[in-house]
Order: sequence, then structure tokens, then C-alpha cells
Amino acid sequence: MPAEFDSFTSGNVETRRRRLLTEPPVVRTTLLTLGIGFLVLFIGLPLVTVFTEALRKGWDAYLSALHEPAAFAAIELTLTVAAISVPLNMVFGVIAAWCITKFEFRGKSFLITLIDLPFSVSPVISGLVFVLMFGLQGWFGHWLSDNNIKIIFATPGIVLATIFVTFPFVARELIPLMQQQGTEEEEAAVILGANGWQTFWRVTLPNIKWALLYGVLLCNARAMGEFGAVSVVSGHIRGKTNTMPLHTEILYNEYNFVAAFAVASLLALLALVTLVAKSILEWKLKQAHALHAKSIANAES
Amino acid sequence: MKSRFLTAGILSAALGLFAQAAAAQTEFLNVSYDPTRELYQQVNAAFTKQWEANGGRKLQINASHGGSGSQARSVIDGLEADVVTLALEYDVDAIAQKGLINKDWVKRLPDNSSPYTSTIVFLVRKGNPKAIKDWGDLVKPGVAIITPNPKTSGGARWNYLAAWGYALKQPGGNEQKAKDFVAALFKNVPVLDSGARGSTTTFVQRGLGDVLLSWENEAYLAIKELGPDKFEIVTPPLSILAEPSVAVVDKVVDKKKTRDIADAYLKFLYAPEGQEIAAKNYYRPRDAKVAEKYKDNFKKIELLTIDGDFGGWTAAQKKHFDDGGVFDQIYVAK
Amino acid sequence: MTFSLFKSNPGSRRSVIPGFGITLGLTITWLSLIVLIPLAGLFLKSATLSFDQIVAILTSPRTLSALRVSFGISLGAAAINAVFGVIVAWILVRYDFPFKRVADAFVDIPFALPTAVAGIALTSLYAPNGWIGSLLEPLGIKVAFTPLGILVALVFIGLPFVVRTVQPVIEDMDKELEEAATALGATRRQIIWRVILPVIFPSIATGFALAFARAVGEYGSVIFIAGNLPLVSEIAPLLIVIRLNEFAYAQATTIAAAMLVISFVLLFIINLLQRWSARYAR
Repeated sequence: MPAEFDSFTSGNVETRRRRLLTEPPVVRTTLLTLGIGFLVLFIGLPLVTVFTEALRKGWDAYLSALHEPAAFAAIELTLTVAAISVPLNMVFGVIAAWCITKFEFRGKSFLITLIDLPFSVSPVISGLVFVLMFGLQGWFGHWLSDNNIKIIFATPGIVLATIFVTFPFVARELIPLMQQQGTEEEEAAVILGANGWQTFWRVTLPNIKWALLYGVLLCNARAMGEFGAVSVVSGHIRGKTNTMPLHTEILYNEYNFVAAFAVASLLALLALVTLVAKSILEWKLKQAHALHAKSIANAES
Repeated sequence: MKSRFLTAGILSAALGLFAQAAAAQTEFLNVSYDPTRELYQQVNAAFTKQWEANGGRKLQINASHGGSGSQARSVIDGLEADVVTLALEYDVDAIAQKGLINKDWVKRLPDNSSPYTSTIVFLVRKGNPKAIKDWGDLVKPGVAIITPNPKTSGGARWNYLAAWGYALKQPGGNEQKAKDFVAALFKNVPVLDSGARGSTTTFVQRGLGDVLLSWENEAYLAIKELGPDKFEIVTPPLSILAEPSVAVVDKVVDKKKTRDIADAYLKFLYAPEGQEIAAKNYYRPRDAKVAEKYKDNFKKIELLTIDGDFGGWTAAQKKHFDDGGVFDQIYVAK
Repeated sequence: MTFSLFKSNPGSRRSVIPGFGITLGLTITWLSLIVLIPLAGLFLKSATLSFDQIVAILTSPRTLSALRVSFGISLGAAAINAVFGVIVAWILVRYDFPFKRVADAFVDIPFALPTAVAGIALTSLYAPNGWIGSLLEPLGIKVAFTPLGILVALVFIGLPFVVRTVQPVIEDMDKELEEAATALGATRRQIIWRVILPVIFPSIATGFALAFARAVGEYGSVIFIAGNLPLVSEIAPLLIVIRLNEFAYAQATTIAAAMLVISFVLLFIINLLQRWSARYAR
């Protein structure tokens, strides 16, 4: 009897404790409704709209909208631009993150702020700066024109604007992680006789590979989807300098709404694939993290 | 490791694309404004056929469309257009001022270098529920007008000037009354898109507004593409003669050695075949014969002209649309 | 995506790790080529104007209104995101509900979805004949083509920033703290105000600032849904584009430079906030 009584009260205390650790059901429900409603309203519905508009006239219309030379050209250009700008920003991001996290120097936070700057610069400005430099009325305009080098209104300009816009993505992803990991492992490697390259390749890279991929993914999504900056430097030549987002706008302006949303849906699909890949990476990242922590704990004990 | 191979693969694919792009075709670029997409799609096909049939080089004609002002700016900034076909003289003048086009370009081709004309009409919802017949009906309370922004759209400048001209022509009309009239008109505008196409989409697709001020050709096209049963065109008794301008970009054709194509291309616009295509796309043709054939499409109305009634584009631009001009004033006054 | 960038590195002993010179050199070179020199060009271009002209441009009603619209509505959007972002982050960490993982992944959609696509989709939804617009129309609420439309677009693009900065902090938060407070007899409300909010507040502030910084410059999604009326719903980036199309380069660059300076200051504040939050967390 007493035992039973005991367990009864302790059970009661337990539920009381649990109740105090979370919100009353009313609040819970309200928060859930608000949060999920907000997500559905602001994110779910726009996404659904893209696909319903694209499929408004059925699958055949959808597929034939995509099976069109100008659409192919836009996809090709978008892939080309991403294939050039993403690897460059990946290499730079690793270098910058290495420099910032493995060494102490003056002006470091200023440097980080500068690396971050493109993130808060309006895309319109990002395009404009390259027009000012390489446009015919710009600093190098006449020289470029005389030597028949095309930058603005051609692929190089679009690549430049894209690199600018996606500049911080990889470094931004790596810096916090590498800071957290510290420098002990690299120091140990160097003391054991590894050179810089070996240290990076054998010690650092395995530790950061998932975060790096993650940064590259986001960088890629943004590179393929950039609109404002690219629009300023593109020249909008159908089938030549239109990236997928620009082609979407053009189709939209041609009253070809199904085709516009069809191209847009490809970009949305890309976003979804990115997110799935990202979720997998995040999971791997957590695992790697746990493993790392465990190995350190083992080493210390 | 895998990602390295992937990167290498993508890079080599990209290089392959570049190599491919350098094929042996003469590239030719027509930089035009928003509503001419369908027109030039047909013109380009017809011209390429004719050109190549006459033993010309193999031709790849590219087109770029956008707001007239922003297209002119792109050419100024180095977009290598062989010809420009823009919404108004002023935009071509802006390019000429930078030395890319000879200053005398207007005189080089017939009819002020304007192979087809258009005018400004009203597109209203079926049955014309707000009973809009003339410019005066636009300023009635409760009428929502859709027009693009005259600052960024060539078509919108024609809209604005037509309204201004209408007010001036009214009994007792003067500058102040004209200003009050356009101010009242723009008070009824709930959305200012940056280009003619944006406005049409807003009116037709989004269901906003009672009347769209539009190029005649654009209004016809909108009805054809988006619903003959939903809209109708109201042609006011007085409007403006809109003369879209065409010109060869001298600097570019000299560099690319494409002057022969550019000249032939613009001449083609004046030839019966080109005129016919223009008329089919609801542009008013210059050619008398073609005009006669399509006369049912184009109502005869009184048309103001930019040179006769507004002292030419430079004066009109300066007075109305420059920074601090009348258009800015009516907005600040609000 | 984590944004806790500016954590200070404890200790400043000399590193044995090689490669400082070359990595710093490469970083600065690449940074200069892609970011700094082009941006410097912007300032040089606006420096062709006299000081009085610059002041005149920046204080003209059009510019002031555009800046007010951009910064004001961005502030509002960031505030809405701060509230709903925290709610979303909270339910994602603390509660269980169906499709939670999907919801979690969806938070990142605005990062990945091209802004122009977002703009067109939002406009279709909120136009008077769209799914949501047609529901709001009878109530007399107009969203598309009004400043409210800009707000919707900016809330959309800013949402992930608050959620993704607050979420990890809630995840890391020690439940023991709450338990201790409970044991000491605190009510749930007291715990939320005295224990939870102070811990997550710095991250809310950071997320708010990031969402704000991103919203101020946004162009692609806004131009479709804003009415673009001068002095009412014209955003600063659009005004830059309009000035460009009027061939007024110096004017355009001056407004751009002003926005750039403001962005830089904002980022610096974010930087400080993050240092503060890092210190607070310790």
C-alpha cells in the first residue's frame, strides 16, 4: 500500500513537472497553429502555385514548354554559369576559412565583414558595379571593345555577377565549424612532419567535407536562381544570354504563363533537391560532429 | 574525391559549350522594346529566308526585348546591337549622343525612320461597364487606370502625352489645366509597372483596373492571346501618332562588318512584305497599299504628333519626364 | 545554415600551421578583384558629383520616400519574422507534429527559390483574383500592388534567417535550467520570460538584423508584387534601376552608394551582436 501510494505521488509529481516544462495545451495548440499556418501561407502556397500554374494545361503542355531551343539554351547557360562560379567560390571559401580560422591577425573581423558584404548588397547594385567597370561607358569599356573582348552582356559578365552574389556562401558555412574545431589537430599533424597541403588534405578536409558540400549546395542554388544582378548585366538576348530566371520573366512577359511557370518549376525542383540533399548532409554533419567529439573525449581520457 | 571528378566533368562540359558557340554563322542582334516580340519573331524568320535566298551569308538573328529606355541603356553600355528598333526617337537619340549612331539617323530612312506607327487606345473589360469613351472619362472618380511608368516605359510616355494633348485641345485648355488633368489621371492609377507588358499582365491576368492605356497593337494582341470574350478596345476620337524608331547602330555594324545586313533588314521593314507583317501584328503600316488592305483594323481618328504638338522629343522629354519635370511634379504635389 | 560567424578565437599564440601568407594573400586578392574594386568604382562614380549635388539627390522626396519604403517595410518584415520565426523555431525543436521534417526543410525554400519565381508566385496568390487575394478582397484588404505586397515578399525572403539563427540556440539550451527554475517554484510564464527569452534573445536580434539586411536590398521578388508607385510603393533598388534607365548614372550610383554604406553599417552591427551573443552564451 505505501509503495503504491508512493508511486502514485511520484507519478503525479512527474506529470506536474512535465507540465511545468512545457506550455499549457492551449498555448501549445496556438503556437503550432500559428507556426504551421505561417509556413503554409508564406512558403507552402507559393511553392504549390508554381507547380499548379505550370501544370495548368496538363503534362503535355508542360513538357513541350520545356522542349524548346530557347529554354534549352537558358538551362545550358545557367548550368555553365554555375559550373564556373561555384567551384571558384568553393576554392576561395576554403582558402578564406583556413586563413581566418587557423591564424590570429589584426583586422580579422573587418575582413569577415568584407567577405560578408555581398550578402547585404542589393542584387541590382551587384550588377551595376560590373556595368560601371566593363560597360562601354565604364573604365575598361573602350579597351575591351577595341580588343573585342565581351564581358558585359555575355557569359563572363553573368559569371562575374553570380560570383559576386554567391561570394560569402561557402566561407560563411565553413568558418563557424572550423572555429569550433580549433587548430589542435592541424598543429599535431605539422609537428609530426606533415606539410601544409598534407595537413589540409588529410586532417582538415575530412573534418569539414560535409559542411563544405553543404555550403557548395547553397551556393549553387543561389547561383542558379539569381535574378536581379544577372538581369542588369545580361542584355536579355533570347537563346543567348538569358539564364533560367531571366527566361522565366521573358516567357511571362510573352503571355506564355504555362511555359514561364514550367521553367520556374525546374528551378523550384532544384530548390527542393537542394533541400533534400541538405537534410542528408545535415544529418551526416551531426554524425561527424558526434564522432569528432567522441574521439576528442577518448583522446583526453 | 567524387566531387573532384564531378567538378572536372562539369568544367570540361562547360568548355565544350564555349567551343560549340563559336560556329560559323553571322550573328545579328536586334535590340527592341517590349510589345514587338511577336512582330520581330515573324520579321526575323521572313527576313532570314529572303536574305539567304538572295545568296547572303548564313544568318542567325537574335532578339532582345525590354523596356525601351533600359534597352537603350544596354546598347549605350555595350550591348552589341546591329540595329535598334525602339519605342521612341528619344531613346535612339540617347544612343546617338554617345556616338554609337550617327546624329543624322532620323533622316536616313523614310518617314522619320519609323516604318510603322501606332497609337494609344483604351482596353476595357467586356461591355465597357464604366462607359469609357474618351480621355475625359478617365478622370472620373472610381475609374482605375493601368498604365506603365512614363519614366521607364516608352509606351507610357505616349500615353501621358496623348492625355496632355487632349486636355490642351479642350475648350479653354491651357498648360495649367493640362497639368491638372494628367495629375487627376495619375491619381486614378493604382499600379505603375515598369514596362508595357507588365501593365498588360496586371490588367488582363491579375484583373486589376477598369481601363488599360495601351499601344493599339498591344491591345489587339492582348485580346487575341488572352480572351476576345473578356475585353474590348475603345479608340478615343483623339489620340497621338506614336512613331517607333529604327536605326542602324553604326559603331557596331562597322566593327562587326554587318552594315549590309543591317541596311537590308531595316529596308525590309519598309518593303511590302515587312509592311504586311507589321499590319498583321496590328501596327499601322506606312505603305498606302497595305494600309488600304488592312484599313478595317485601324480606325481613322485625329492624331496629335510629337513634332507638331509637342515641339519634338527633346523638348517633350525635358519638360515632362526629366528629373523634376511635370511628371515628377504631379507626384510630389500629392 | 548557421550564421554565428564572428566568434572570437580564444588565445592568440603563434601558430605552427603553415600557409598564413599565401591564404591571406589569395583571400585579399580574390576579395579585391570580385568585391572591393567593383564597389570602389561605385563610389568613384558618385564622387564625380559635388557634395551639394549628392545631398540634393539623397534628400529629394523621391529618394527619401524610396529609402523610407525600403527600410521601413524591411523593418516591419523583419519584426514579423522575429515573432513568427521564433514560434516556428520553437515548435520545430520542442514539439512533435506530423511532417515535422518536411516543415523543417521548407523553411529553407526562400534561400533556394529564385526571387523572380517567388515574386511571380506571390503575385498570382495575392492578386485580387488569386487564391488568397480573392479571400481578402471582400474584406477590403488589398495585398498585391500595395506596400502590403512588398511586406509579404520581404517576409517570405527573410523567414529562414530568424528560424535558422534561433533554432540551434533552442536546441542547445539546457533543459536543466528550466528544470531548476521549476524546482524553485517558477511558473511556466516566469520561465519563458526570465529563463528562455534572455538566452535566445541575442540570436533573435541577429536573425532580425540578417533578415532586415537581406530585405533592404531585395529586388526580384518585390517588383512583381509592389505597385511601384513613386512615393508610395517604390523601393530603393527600383529607384536605382529607374535612374539608370533615365541615363542618370551618377544619381543611380549615389543612391546605390548610400544603400551600400547603410548595409555595411548594418553588417557591422550584426557582427557586434554576434560577438555579444557569443559572450552571452558562454
